[in-house]
Amino acid sequence: MALAIVKETTVQPRSASKPMVCVDAVTMSFGDFVAVENVDLTVADGEFLTIVGPTGCGKSTILNAVAGLLKPASGTVSIDGAPVRGVRNDIGYLFQQDALLPWKTALENVELGPLFKGMGAAERRERATTWLAKVGLKGFEDRYPHQLSGGQRKRVQMAQALISGPKVILMDEPFSALDIHTRHLMQNELLRLWQEERRAVVMITHDLEEAIALGDRVVVLAAGPRSRVIDSFPVALERPRDVAEIKLDQRFTDLYRNIWSSLRGEVEKSYERHD
Amino acid sequence: MNATTERLIQLALLVAVLGGWQLGVVLGVIDVFFFPAPVDIFNQVVAWVTNAGFYVHVTTTLTETVLGYLIGTGLGVAAGVWLGLSRSAARILDPFIKCLNAVPRVVLAPIFVLWLGLGLWSKVALAVTLVFFVTFFNAMQGVREVNPVVLANARLLGASRPDLLRHVYFPAAASWILSSLRTSVGFAVVGAIIGEYLGSSAGLGHLIAQAEGNFDAVGVFAGILVLAVFVLLIDSILDVAEKRLIKWRPNVAEKPA
Repeated sequence: MALAIVKETTVQPRSASKPMVCVDAVTMSFGDFVAVENVDLTVADGEFLTIVGPTGCGKSTILNAVAGLLKPASGTVSIDGAPVRGVRNDIGYLFQQDALLPWKTALENVELGPLFKGMGAAERRERATTWLAKVGLKGFEDRYPHQLSGGQRKRVQMAQALISGPKVILMDEPFSALDIHTRHLMQNELLRLWQEERRAVVMITHDLEEAIALGDRVVVLAAGPRSRVIDSFPVALERPRDVAEIKLDQRFTDLYRNIWSSLRGEVEKSYERHD
Repeated sequence: MNATTERLIQLALLVAVLGGWQLGVVLGVIDVFFFPAPVDIFNQVVAWVTNAGFYVHVTTTLTETVLGYLIGTGLGVAAGVWLGLSRSAARILDPFIKCLNAVPRVVLAPIFVLWLGLGLWSKVALAVTLVFFVTFFNAMQGVREVNPVVLANARLLGASRPDLLRHVYFPAAASWILSSLRTSVGFAVVGAIIGEYLGSSAGLGHLIAQAEGNFDAVGVFAGILVLAVFVLLIDSILDVAEKRLIKWRPNVAEKPA
């Protein structure tokens, strides 16, 4: 099997662990419109990768290709060595929008993954209860999504995505719809859960601060169409981190300046094209 | 305006209309041949309700309505979910469905009488044709309007096709289907009554047709009144069923208007 050729501008700290997600020369297009072209990405097992880029640069498209929701026009995506063909269920996906089933209670939503995998009722109920408690929603088991706040719904979604112990966690601007305080809270929560059991994470965001605060590595995408990877920055900040405090760190601000100088040009280009 | 005042105004309106009507009859302004006195209509209804024979008519109509309703709804939901999921089947069948739906259902009544006789089933068939399309279009719409994000999420969580049907499509379509059930119950009654009206030996429609044949306006009005109560009762049963089935939906009535 052809191994992904990874163009790394810098040596990453966790290069020793095996690659979990390989995106190899992937081009995504919709008819004549080419969203992303020739993208190479590798995410090591246990690595938290964040992808930033201007609006409309096809960030979500890449994520959907990894999830198997969309098929690349060319190139291959593989997870843990196996090529992705169609939707697979060893990944956890955190959507930007409300993705909970509105006709199921918080508990029923969380136990969906185990249910679809054929786990017995008692066991999955027990696991779902544990996971709800883990995300701080003990006592909210029987609430329907419309009876929960935006942040609480996000917590349920987290539990829902993580309960089956996925190999890879994909996140598509998961916190962008939340207010700033809830967002900080959720980011810390996410880091705490991830710290417990490190998985490969690919997170898409347009918030550079979030990208640096959470990630091990930040990848910058060019303005679309025909977007591609233009830079990759390792984030050598120690963990565990507190997202609010880390922003005051000198190294954080230096990194922010570096990445922003790379990103700014693309954001400006994207505005010119969209005006 | 508070609820009590609103109730009082409603009551005042009712008294004004019925009282005015009755007064008009007493003063001889209104011709009782066309508009019989409310008191007479009421007496006729009481006479019916206290007579055991009347309930044969009620049960007949009720049976036809319920059968037509259940069969029509079942077929409508099945066909709607199927065509909602299969775009190509929907495209192929679209012109036929439009044609069938364009046929005024009432004209089918004589054909059903020819095919199925004057008994119960010709009325049920007419009710089915009326109910089917309402439920069908709603079920199809419900399945098509499933939130794509919710659908993608369920697929990523490992849902198979039957899982998706059971946990995503049916519940999503349920609120559409249920709202159509309210509309279609009226249609089921219309189907049953028209069938009876055109030819039958029992039922509320038969009662009205008989009264009409005798130029008995009191009987016609009394029949209409009984029918209205009949539909209201069925509707309130559905109301309870809907509240039980869709408890996940935010209650719109709870919010201030």
